[in-house]
Amino acid sequence: MGSAGLARLQGLFAVYKPPGLKWLHLRDTVERQLLNGLNAGKPPAPEQRVRFLLGPVEGSEKKELMLTATSVPSLTTHRLVRGPAFTSLKIGVGHRLDVQASGVLVLGVGHGCRLLTDMYDAHFTKHVSREKLDRILAVIQGSHQKALVMYSNLDLQSQEAYEMAVGGMLRPMNKSPMLITGIRCLHFEPPEFLLEVQCMHETQQQLRKLVHEIGLELKSSAICRQVRRTRDGFFTLDDALLRTQWDLHSIQDAIQDAAPRVVAELRKNLRSGVDSQQLPSAEQPQHSKGPSSTVQGGSCAKH
Amino acid sequence: MALSAQQIPRWFNSIKLSSFINSVQLTKRFPRAGQTLSHGFSAPTQSSSDNCCLRWGFKTYWTSSSRNSSQDADSSRQESSAAHHTLLPCGSEHSGRMPSGDSELPLEEMDDLFPVSPLQPVSEEEAALISAHASLPAASFTLRDYVDHSETLQQLVLLGVDLSKIEKHPDAANLLLRLDFEKDIKQTLLFLKDLGLEDNQLGAFLTKNYAIFSEDLENLQIRVAYLQSKNFSKADITQMVRNAPFLLNFSVERLDNRLGFFQKELQLSVKKTRDLVVRLPRLLTGSLEPVKENMKVYRLEFGFKCNEVQHMITRIPKMLTANKKKLTETFDYVHNVMSIPHHIIVRFPQVFNTRLFKIKERHQFLTYLGRAQYDPAKPNYISLDKLVSIPDRVFCREIAKASEKDFEKFLKTL
Repeated sequence: MGSAGLARLQGLFAVYKPPGLKWLHLRDTVERQLLNGLNAGKPPAPEQRVRFLLGPVEGSEKKELMLTATSVPSLTTHRLVRGPAFTSLKIGVGHRLDVQASGVLVLGVGHGCRLLTDMYDAHFTKHVSREKLDRILAVIQGSHQKALVMYSNLDLQSQEAYEMAVGGMLRPMNKSPMLITGIRCLHFEPPEFLLEVQCMHETQQQLRKLVHEIGLELKSSAICRQVRRTRDGFFTLDDALLRTQWDLHSIQDAIQDAAPRVVAELRKNLRSGVDSQQLPSAEQPQHSKGPSSTVQGGSCAKH
Repeated sequence: MALSAQQIPRWFNSIKLSSFINSVQLTKRFPRAGQTLSHGFSAPTQSSSDNCCLRWGFKTYWTSSSRNSSQDADSSRQESSAAHHTLLPCGSEHSGRMPSGDSELPLEEMDDLFPVSPLQPVSEEEAALISAHASLPAASFTLRDYVDHSETLQQLVLLGVDLSKIEKHPDAANLLLRLDFEKDIKQTLLFLKDLGLEDNQLGAFLTKNYAIFSEDLENLQIRVAYLQSKNFSKADITQMVRNAPFLLNFSVERLDNRLGFFQKELQLSVKKTRDLVVRLPRLLTGSLEPVKENMKVYRLEFGFKCNEVQHMITRIPKMLTANKKKLTETFDYVHNVMSIPHHIIVRFPQVFNTRLFKIKERHQFLTYLGRAQYDPAKPNYISLDKLVSIPDRVFCREIAKASEKDFEKFLKTL
C-alpha cells in the first residue's frame, strides 16, 4: 500500500487555508495526515533469512553433520523494530499566505515541488487575495457615484502603473513589487465595500496598504477587514480542499484531477515565455476570465 | 602412511570446538607443519546461537592428539574439559552464554609450535564445519542489529513492544539487551498480568514505561497495596496503570503527596477525588504547576466561582491540564463574541475541550443563517453541547438545517 500510495502522491493540489492558521502549521498538518495514511497500510510479510545450519544429513550412515541452507524468519524488518515505513514527505508551498489571510494555497508533493518553482517563475499568476484585519465601525459620507468614480480612477491608475511597468522598467519574471493588473469594486454598501484585485507578486500587507490608501484618497480612512485569495493560477476555490479533506485519499484524488491542467499550463507558459512580445497579449484573455481577487474593507468619513 | 600434516590455519576463527584434549602432545617431526590435529565435537554446534560478540584476532585453541591419528580420526573424541573461545567484551553483550572453562594456550607459544599458513588445504568436512558468520557490531544506534540474536528482544517484539521507540533512549536499549528474559523480565510481566493488564495491552505499556524493569518487585507490590488501602478497587488500579504507565514508578510517599494535593486544592470529597484520579490518572504522574495555574485562571481570570469550577472539573477532568493560552482564547470567544454568560458555560464545560476553530466555524455559520440562539429562555435554543460535540453531518442536518455542501461553501468564504 505504501509505495503504491506514494506513487499517486506526486503533483500539485490546492488547499483552503482558514484564517488564523500559519501556513507552516498547515503544511505540517497536511504532511502528518499523509504520513498517517501511508503508514496505515498492511505490514509486509516477515522476511526470511538464509542461514547455514549444521544438521544431521539424512541417509548418511556416518551421522555426519553437514551445513544445510535453511530459511529462518528474521525480525529485522518487523514494523515494531524498524519503525514506520515513511517518516517524512517533501511538501512545498506555493505563494504564501500570512496568518490572517485565508484562501487558496497551492501545495506540491514530491515531484510536484519542482513544478511549483516552474509555475512561480514563468507564470503570470492572477492572484486572488482578500485581507482581513480588525474592523472599524465607520459611516461614509459622500455620494455613491463619487465613490465609484474614485474606484475607477484608481483602477485606471493601477493600469497605467502596470503598463509603465511592462514597458520595460519592471519585469514580472523576477521578484517585483506588487503589480495590479485589475481592480474593481464588487459591491459597495456603506460603510463596507468589496474589492476584487487581480495582481501579481503581491503580499497581503501590500494589499492592506492599498485599501488604506484608497481610504486616504476618499478623504476618509479605510481598513482592510479580510484578504481572501479566491484564485491562484488555475486553482480556484472549488478545487481547494477543506480541513476535513486533508487526508491521503482526498489529496491523491485532487492531484489526479489537477494533473492535466498543470501540464497544459506549463506548456502554455513555456510557449509564451519564449516570445516576449506576446506577453501583453497573453494577458488579455486572462483579464476577461472573471474575478479573481477580492478585498473587503470598511471606510469612515471624517468631514 | 606418513603423518598427514593436518592443520587448521589460524584464520578459522569461528570454529566452535566444544571439547579439547587437555594434554598437548606436539610432534616436532616436521618443523613446519608437523602436527596432527583432531577435533572432537561433542554436540552439533549451534551456529544459529551467535550470542557472543566476536572480534578479529581472538584466539582459537586446539590441541593435538596423539600422533597416530589419521585423517578421519574424528572418532577419537576425547572430551575432557570443554574449552571455548574467549569472549572479548564488547559494547553489548548477551547473557546466557557464558564461556565455559577453557584451557588456554598462549597464542605466541602456539605460533612457535606449529606455524600455519592460510594456503594449507583443508578437508571437505572441516570446510563444511567452518561457520563464518558476520560478527555483531560492537556498538550500534539501532536494535535492529541485535534483534535476531537476542531472545529477550524477540520475545518483546512478539509481545508488541515498539523497539523503534525504545532505541531512541540509549540507556533503555542497553538495559533491555542485558536483561535475561527468563530471570528478570518474566517476573515483571507476571506481576503486570496479575494487576489485570491484558496480553495485548502489555506491548503499549512497556513501550512507554520500559523503566519498570529496573524497579524492585517488592516496591511495586507495596505501591499497589497502598493504592488498595486508599480504597481503589482492583479494576480502578488496572485502569489507572493502563492509562498512566509511569504510575507504579512513583514511591508511596510521592503518590500520597499528590493525592493530598488534589484533595486540598480542589476541595473535593474523598470519593470525588478518587473518581477524578481514576478517570485521569496522569494527574498523579504529571507536573502540578499547570494544575495550580489553571485553577487560578478559572477563578481569577474567568471569574468562575469555586463550586462552579468543581462542577466543571468533575465533568471534564482534562480541563485541569489544558493549555492556558488555548483556554483563554476559547473562553474569550465563547463569552465575549458569542455572548454566553457564565452559568450556561458551567452547564456545558465541553466547550473547553474542543478546538477553537470548530466553535468559530459553527458559530459563524449559525450567525449567517440567523440561527445563533444560545439563550434557553427564548425559542430555537441551541445548547452548547450540541454545538460542539456532534459530528458535522448531524450538526448540519439537525441544528443548522442546511446541507453539508452549503456548510462547505460557507467555510470557503471565511
